[in-house]
Amino acid sequence: MIKAVSSLVVSIAAAAAFLVFYWNDMGTAALGVTLALAVAGAGAGLVFWAHDLMRDEEISEDRGSLASTEEEIETFLESFTTGEKKIARRKVLGWMIGSAAGLLGLGSVSLIRSLGRSPLPVLFQTVWRSGTRLVTPDGNPVPATIEQGTMMTVFPEGNVNATASQTILIRVDESKLRLPPGRSSWAPGGFLAFSKICTHAGCPVAQFEKTVNILLCPCHQSAFDVLRGAAVVGGPAGRPLPQLPLYIDSDGFLRARGDFSQHPGPEFWNRS
Amino acid sequence: MISRLARWFDSRLGAASFARKSIDKVFPDHWSFMLGEVALFSFIILVGSGIFLALFFNASETKVVYEGSYHALKGVQMSAAYRSTLEISFDVRAGLFVRQLHHWAALIFIGAIMVHMLRIFFTGAFRRPREINWVIGVTLLLLAIFNDFTGYSVPDDLLSGTGLRIAYSVLLSIPFIGDWLAFIMFGGNVPTQVTISRLYGMHVVIPFIILAILTVHLMILWRQKHTNCPGPGRSNQRIVGSRLWPVYSTKFVGLFFLVFGAISALAGLIEINPIWLYGPFNADSVSSGSQPDWYIIWLEGALRLFPSSDLRIAGHTVPGLFFPGILMPLFMFGIIYFWPYIEAKVTGDHSVHHVLQPPASNPVRTAIGIGALTYLLVLVIAGSQDVVAVAASVQVAPLRSALRILVFVAPVAVGLITYFFCRLVRKSGTGAVS
Repeated sequence: MIKAVSSLVVSIAAAAAFLVFYWNDMGTAALGVTLALAVAGAGAGLVFWAHDLMRDEEISEDRGSLASTEEEIETFLESFTTGEKKIARRKVLGWMIGSAAGLLGLGSVSLIRSLGRSPLPVLFQTVWRSGTRLVTPDGNPVPATIEQGTMMTVFPEGNVNATASQTILIRVDESKLRLPPGRSSWAPGGFLAFSKICTHAGCPVAQFEKTVNILLCPCHQSAFDVLRGAAVVGGPAGRPLPQLPLYIDSDGFLRARGDFSQHPGPEFWNRS
Repeated sequence: MISRLARWFDSRLGAASFARKSIDKVFPDHWSFMLGEVALFSFIILVGSGIFLALFFNASETKVVYEGSYHALKGVQMSAAYRSTLEISFDVRAGLFVRQLHHWAALIFIGAIMVHMLRIFFTGAFRRPREINWVIGVTLLLLAIFNDFTGYSVPDDLLSGTGLRIAYSVLLSIPFIGDWLAFIMFGGNVPTQVTISRLYGMHVVIPFIILAILTVHLMILWRQKHTNCPGPGRSNQRIVGSRLWPVYSTKFVGLFFLVFGAISALAGLIEINPIWLYGPFNADSVSSGSQPDWYIIWLEGALRLFPSSDLRIAGHTVPGLFFPGILMPLFMFGIIYFWPYIEAKVTGDHSVHHVLQPPASNPVRTAIGIGALTYLLVLVIAGSQDVVAVAASVQVAPLRSALRILVFVAPVAVGLITYFFCRLVRKSGTGAVS
């Protein structure tokens, strides 16, 4: 008796306190503690009440059988087949209702069309074009004077919200470069630009270890060797980060020579 | 009064006989039978707190500039969804409390379902005639995990945005249809203008599906009656317990309030998902040490451990992500779904069971279950490998190599140890469930 009564006393007091705290906008901890005491007090009161004050006896009861008798099943099957025969007598009507339902079903699948055009082009294209100037997220052009070991995020000029085009710009020692064949002119002055979207699961490849020239994806720890054209050197990624070919214009600003070497981002079935 | 009410209903529904049988129903009393109830109660709290939050949440990607009362983010550009979450946290009275109540209830909902499921598995409660409720229960778990993920993603903060991008990439990796599926679900290359509103639509609709399936789950339980722990007088023919009315029902309501109280205390005292510290989602940033919510870390771990493996087939690509991200969980949940049938097929035991088995009395099943849990544990460690590496001051690469071996060796080793331990316990006869 004493346990149930004291639990319920706590509950009533805490409920009153909760209301006062709520009306005075007292904050999360005060609300949480008073509500917890109010409801848990009521709960404990009920459990003590049931446990200590109600006489409870253990009952043993026949489970009975879940399955019906054979006769009941037979009667059901008989009723069902009698009805089924009436439907089956008109085969043509059955075919017709089937085709109508089938056509409407196909029609409902075509509602996908409402969602807009095929996703495919979006997955291939970025807004990088030959001559596009590199800009910082604030929209400022990038001069070819930034120091070695620097990493920054850049976008195509006029498209700082084009997330598929986000790019990492890194300056390294030009003499250490070992880029794949055909890319010797892509990194003037040691400026390298790669897609910032990891080719594994699409996270931004945001960590640069400048002492070893490794780019690291913080999501699944794929590692890319910057000097070798962001080739995969560890972790689950399947292909290098696509590289953006660069040149330095007559005003000393960095520009793209074209789009990435491959489509950016995670892999998919229909990639070219 | 009661008498008049009862007569009013009975003259319209004829329910007296059913109601009498129901309040006299015999319920076995064992603490482990309350785990499912904890899940049910968390669901009720989720619905209640969710309705409150829906009054204030705005599922829109429209860019706005924050001018609210949280100083650190003043003047920052963000989505309207993120701003409304900040408003709930700082400006709505009791808003932060209800948000934390909702998040804690969601975590406990999934946790309770999982532990409930382990209890069912290790005591053989899924055997005939309850295979049907096992399959329904696994479906509920999947729906709960999926809905938790949508709810975690809609505030549009940086941490959940990272998870969303990974989920999008995993969906995209499915051969033939991945690009279309990802497109339908997220509206294109994440983030898009419709991602948050689509996820929010699902987040609100799925609870109704859960409610419908949950109702069927409980109706089947009612019809089949509970299992009994082994003990005197308990058999396939007889059930032992206490009557629903009044003791069991009073305790049932009491337990609801106790669970509610525990979740309220957590929500009031332990901060969870402080989205204002993560900042708004921004496609070109990510925070290092990003961790998903606990129930999905195993999947994240599999993505981290699976080696680099894109396949080229006749001009098409099967991304490496497909194997750990789609195929492995499909295979795993396939086994879980069909476990009652697999076990019956292998053992040849197709008979009805209403009395539970102590885990030690079935060493093979218990060993497989513990082995599977070990597998998940290794994946959970892998899902935090960067955090673990920093904490243990080792490099990520050797840690990853070690985990790649451990993920195969540890489940087998722990499974074998469990098997022999169970046999030892069974021999000494101390394995009874009390």
